Amino acid sequence: MQRKYLAKIFVTLRPSVLDPAGVAVQTSLRQMGHETVEQVRIGKYIELTTIAPDEAKARQDLNDMCEQMLANTVIENYRFDLIEVESQTGVF
Amino acid sequence: MKFGVLVFPGSNCDRDAAYVTRDLLGQPTRMVWHQETDISDIDVIIVPGGFSYGDYLRCGAIARFSPVMQEVINHSQKGKFVIGICNGFQVLTEAGLLPGALTRNENLHFICDRTPLKVERNNLPWTHGYTEGEVITLPIAHGEGRFYADKETLAAIEDNGQIVFRYHGDNPNGSLNNIAGICNLQGNVLGMMPHPERAADSRLGNTDGLRLFTGLLEKVAALV
Repeated sequence: MQRKYLAKIFVTLRPSVLDPAGVAVQTSLRQMGHETVEQVRIGKYIELTTIAPDEAKARQDLNDMCEQMLANTVIENYRFDLIEVESQTGVF
Repeated sequence: MKFGVLVFPGSNCDRDAAYVTRDLLGQPTRMVWHQETDISDIDVIIVPGGFSYGDYLRCGAIARFSPVMQEVINHSQKGKFVIGICNGFQVLTEAGLLPGALTRNENLHFICDRTPLKVERNNLPWTHGYTEGEVITLPIAHGEGRFYADKETLAAIEDNGQIVFRYHGDNPNGSLNNIAGICNLQGNVLGMMPHPERAADSRLGNTDGLRLFTGLLEKVAALV
């Protein structure tokens, strides 16, 4: 039986890579008075649904997608949450 | 020598490149649509600048999976020539033909300017029209041109002499080690953020980029 999974994928710059956009937002937040802000890093959030026989296979598929295309592992890390969703039509 | 200029949805420097090879150099030149799978007639592949697939996801990330790119990889593995300019450089790093990655400019600005470059080596077919250590000026126009590689990779690139061009004087985008252009180990694949094709027609007041193409022609003609 095929199951439907919703993946919430987070792609972030590796800690060693300078994130100038994050620095700009951090500076601005501090200028607004939010002096508690220590560091800002900006990443990408990707949602997709995928069909797989079980969660293990879905995870394996997701890892492949991230390694091959969704993240550039030279500069980015990724992680994802996986939720089994109803196999009904409609958006998540 | 036959040139092929890749055309992705969003490429915008493809015609500039073809103008140089076809009109200025008089060489047969074919525009290669990204869905083509036979490029066996071509000697030099140019991956032009632009915004392939709108640079969605990351610069060059989607273009890398165009059908033609597997053929470009095969082409390069045969020792044939590939040059990636600006977005083309990003595509070549995404495809793994060149090490490292191009990331957002340090100052977040899209930079459109002319910049001095030091030619690090002239013992490549690409650069033998220059003298080693020569400082040339080429246009740059990019928002994500900061070369990044991890420490080990960067050290290997330096040790192997893979750095072809470095920014001279000011570093416009924060590139590590002032890197503006690199080649693969064999030297047949070159990637660079500056635009030699935009500095090739004397009517535009700068022909520093033309020598990259004329030098390649002379070198390859001498080999045949």
